[in-house]
Amino acid sequence: MTRTILPAAPGVGYKPQHFDDILAGAAPVQWLEIHAENYMGDGGRPLAQLRALAERFAISVHGVGLSIGGEGALDPDHLARLKHLIGWLNPASFSEHLAWSTHDSAFLNDLLPLPYTDATLSRVVDHIDQVQQALGRPMLLENPSSYLAFAESSWEEPAFLREIARRSGCGLLLDVNNVFVSATNLGFTPQSYIDAFPLELVGEIHVGGHDTDEDDHGAPLLIDSHGREVADPVWALLDYTLARSGPKPVLIEWDTDVPDWSVLAEEARRADEALSRLRIAA
Amino acid sequence: MSNKVKSAALMGAVAAALTMTAHVAQAQEKEKCFGVALAGQNDCAAGPGTTCAGTSKVDYQGNAWTLVDAGTCMEVELPAMMDGTERMGSLEALDRDLPQS
Amino acid sequence: MSQTAFHHALLDATRPVPQNLTDGMGRPAGRRYAVYRNNVAVSLSEALATGFPATAALLGETNFARLSARFLRQHPPASPLLLQYGAGFPAFLDGIDGLGRLPFLSDIARLDLALRRAYHAADARPIAPEALAALDAETLPAARLHLAPAVQLLASRWPIVEIRAYALGERTAPPASAAQDVIVTRPGFDPLPLPLPAQGFAFAAALRSGMRLGDAVTQCGPGFDPAATLALLLANGAIAAIDTGGAE
Repeated sequence: MTRTILPAAPGVGYKPQHFDDILAGAAPVQWLEIHAENYMGDGGRPLAQLRALAERFAISVHGVGLSIGGEGALDPDHLARLKHLIGWLNPASFSEHLAWSTHDSAFLNDLLPLPYTDATLSRVVDHIDQVQQALGRPMLLENPSSYLAFAESSWEEPAFLREIARRSGCGLLLDVNNVFVSATNLGFTPQSYIDAFPLELVGEIHVGGHDTDEDDHGAPLLIDSHGREVADPVWALLDYTLARSGPKPVLIEWDTDVPDWSVLAEEARRADEALSRLRIAA
Repeated sequence: MSNKVKSAALMGAVAAALTMTAHVAQAQEKEKCFGVALAGQNDCAAGPGTTCAGTSKVDYQGNAWTLVDAGTCMEVELPAMMDGTERMGSLEALDRDLPQS
Repeated sequence: MSQTAFHHALLDATRPVPQNLTDGMGRPAGRRYAVYRNNVAVSLSEALATGFPATAALLGETNFARLSARFLRQHPPASPLLLQYGAGFPAFLDGIDGLGRLPFLSDIARLDLALRRAYHAADARPIAPEALAALDAETLPAARLHLAPAVQLLASRWPIVEIRAYALGERTAPPASAAQDVIVTRPGFDPLPLPLPAQGFAFAAALRSGMRLGDAVTQCGPGFDPAATLALLLANGAIAAIDTGGAE
């Protein structure tokens, strides 16, 4: 299988229940993203489905378990599993998160936050170096959704990610919903974040739905639930981003209360419209 | 039993197995519906979590030690076991305090 | 702050929210930290509910959530592969008092786990039944039958195949009371739990350990007829290869 690049077109996070629908006709979806850890079993239907999909679609592998921001060393077993998957699948892209999820051998299954300090920066760069060495290719690193901040942080997130990319040679995955969620939760304007972000390093964009809660002071607290349609202000922020970045692959993420394929296809159609507006404007 | 006799018995068993095979396969045809979404998927949602345990499906504090006789309409009624074990059945006896761990 | 402090307070809500976390505007993070507490607990509990569907159905949503909330604190995943999470859950259930009326619960959890392992096991092309019948009287007893990687064997005091089907609404009649040995096979991509005939467990286990076919029959005792078990194995794709080589 040859490695292709992700097209600057809509993609959707793959869920097994949509397999038949996708093969029957997925337009306007042109590529699919899978979570690496779900395809690290030894065989069976998950791998058979992935092999079939990879013949028709460009695949983006999105890791959710590497714990790149972890204080401890990367799990060598997990890195080996990842190398195996990337080796046989040869996907168009591999991405992971600016977060940690494993500590003291316990995998906590959440993307946990990091203080943006020089120490964190060099640790994350070291880990990305290891990953890129092992995989023999550059990876993309995704900006997180934040619910709180660390008093000790000395970097703004866009500058932090830019510096990680500069030192490690990795690209970036820009989750526009995460930007909106973090901006609301931490009190900055999402447009200023986009303005400061190194858009030339972005290899992929994510959008997804969020829920609304509130903090101790009654301030809105958005939760990155991936359980509903993309919110209108996030679509607007996608337009704002694409107008500055140019066309990019745009992924619809929907991970909880996953709806019928038709609902995801409709979300993908909206992403396609955003990309079309860009072509008309150009 | 000599090896020869054993061997002949085994040949017979394999032949018998072969004739049974067709029936076995037919009988199980309808049971193949295991489902595609099975088996613990990793995903990268921040989860269905909220700040408030009360509105969540799971108590994140993990301090509810009591099992309740609720949340299911499932009842398994079993006759007495051959070994004399008492009747087993519904969830009614689950309404008991669990020890602190 | 260290990830140790962040980690420990995640799983223990009696600990205070770690210090030096803010709302981005200089105020303490407060309940914002609970988002992470909740995400960890909810996502792992849901992974267990997905991985142990019959166990969850028997317990009901509330009971399952409470038990899984305890389990995930005592046994958080040791690997990022949630498809493997919960190997210790059946033994954990064995240690829970208050499940007296569901004495079969941990065995149902073992069956859930076996089915999940079979689902993700390596692929194997099963032999055609005729391939076994084609062996001559000399070769047959010395042959070793390699069981497919998906094959799982369980022994229970309970009719776990029927209890599982009943729990999942696939069967309306209450299960009859009987001890049961079970084989899980995966003819295609869908695992099947099947009751084994008498002595079938010992026979299949002997085959899986690499014992020659003739010896496997012999060690099941005089009068054991392997036909029914062999039929079950052959019809459900449980035999991946016949090894006739390597005579002693």
